[in-house]
Amino acid sequence: MSSEAHAVVVVHSTSHAMKITRRLKERGLAWKLVPVPRHISSDCGVCVRILRADVEAVRSAVAELGVEIVGIEEI
Amino acid sequence: MIYLDHAATAFARPPEVRDAMVHFLDRVSANPGRSGHRLSLAAAEVVYEAREAVAELFHAPDPLRVVFGLNGTEAINQALVGLLRPGDHVVTSSLEHNAVMRPLRALEARGVAVTVVRCSPEGLLDPAHIEQALRPETRMIVLNHASNVVGTVLPVAAAGRIARAHGVLLLVDAAQTAGAWPIDVEGDHIDLLAFTGHKSLLGPTGTGGLVIGARVDPGAMQPLKHGGTGSASEHERQPEFLPDRLESGTPNAVGIAGLGAAVRWLLDRGIEAVQEQEAALAVRLIAGLSAIAGVRVYGTEDPARRTATVSFTVAGRSVAEVGYALDESFDILSRVGLHCAPAAHRTIGTFPEGTVRFSLGLFNNADDVDCAVDAVARIAGGSP
Repeated sequence: MSSEAHAVVVVHSTSHAMKITRRLKERGLAWKLVPVPRHISSDCGVCVRILRADVEAVRSAVAELGVEIVGIEEI
Repeated sequence: MIYLDHAATAFARPPEVRDAMVHFLDRVSANPGRSGHRLSLAAAEVVYEAREAVAELFHAPDPLRVVFGLNGTEAINQALVGLLRPGDHVVTSSLEHNAVMRPLRALEARGVAVTVVRCSPEGLLDPAHIEQALRPETRMIVLNHASNVVGTVLPVAAAGRIARAHGVLLLVDAAQTAGAWPIDVEGDHIDLLAFTGHKSLLGPTGTGGLVIGARVDPGAMQPLKHGGTGSASEHERQPEFLPDRLESGTPNAVGIAGLGAAVRWLLDRGIEAVQEQEAALAVRLIAGLSAIAGVRVYGTEDPARRTATVSFTVAGRSVAEVGYALDESFDILSRVGLHCAPAAHRTIGTFPEGTVRFSLGLFNNADDVDCAVDAVARIAGGSP
């Protein structure tokens, strides 16, 4: 799949990413942990790559987790 | 050799603990939450799985509010030093370990008021006495879940109800109960639960942590340590979110791998089953010791109100002599003296001499107990 089809969920820390990926797995949503793209942040952490088509489904899946999302960016 | 010092540190552990640590050292061994490559992510996964296991064991809703550290003492210090300010008042019990008493006395010198509520000579605490000690400026109730000297279990659920009713926080020191006794931070209104990994949780030394409830604002908690967290690296100020705020520096990931495996093993076995097994041994031990002329056993006999930690003295023999004879002549390892808990010994009337303490573990059996009782009977009878 080409990179245009993806977005990344940027979070504060790897632990937060872990919590989110568990929820996405439960919901059957595709994900992969990837380094934060440099044009988004200079941070050394990871973010959750998702399908661009799933952005709204991911937002709603994560909404009640209590994890603050820094942003969801298309890549 | 019969090891009866589990209240200090567990001896035998499930092989899964060692296996998880060897696997981590051989196959993972990267820095969790730092680099983002596959091994770093695998390490972060191991640590997160341990957070999940700990959260499940203590009925805590959010694994991100499980903060790992070195041991129970560090967790207690983080909670007390992190939240208490001059002018605040704290209520605690006369059964506490120095892990609570010493940081409280240090804070007292900096303007925090401390009230120590007396427990009975049996080591029982009347929750009404906690409520009577509250003041308008009380910020926290701090209680041992169970005494490391006499094994009596303190009424944390009642204290939790009192804490909620009066808008104060409840910190529970679960060093003696985590892994051996059911703990429900949500149900019992525990705002801060300090645990250590190397006792009944059956993990390695150098592991422990603090479970932080929803009523505690992490941003208002002063970290014991500041430093790198692998997150928010563009800022030179400590992040406010958990667990990163309170976990600066590379964690003891190999230890946490072992702790996670140990907690998962306990979850599979069931804490109620662990508790029943240890209670049966404790009842046998107390009955055996109590029947020996010249032996005095401290604390309640009621297995529903105590852990498998049993303190006793032998008339005419110092505790040091008894401990030495048990080790040298009978190959039985106990702990004698004050057990880092002078207040508890004052409460039960054994200060400054202390007691001999047998603390049973999950891998002890009835034969161990019978041998220990027989050895004490011989020592009480004048041997060796």
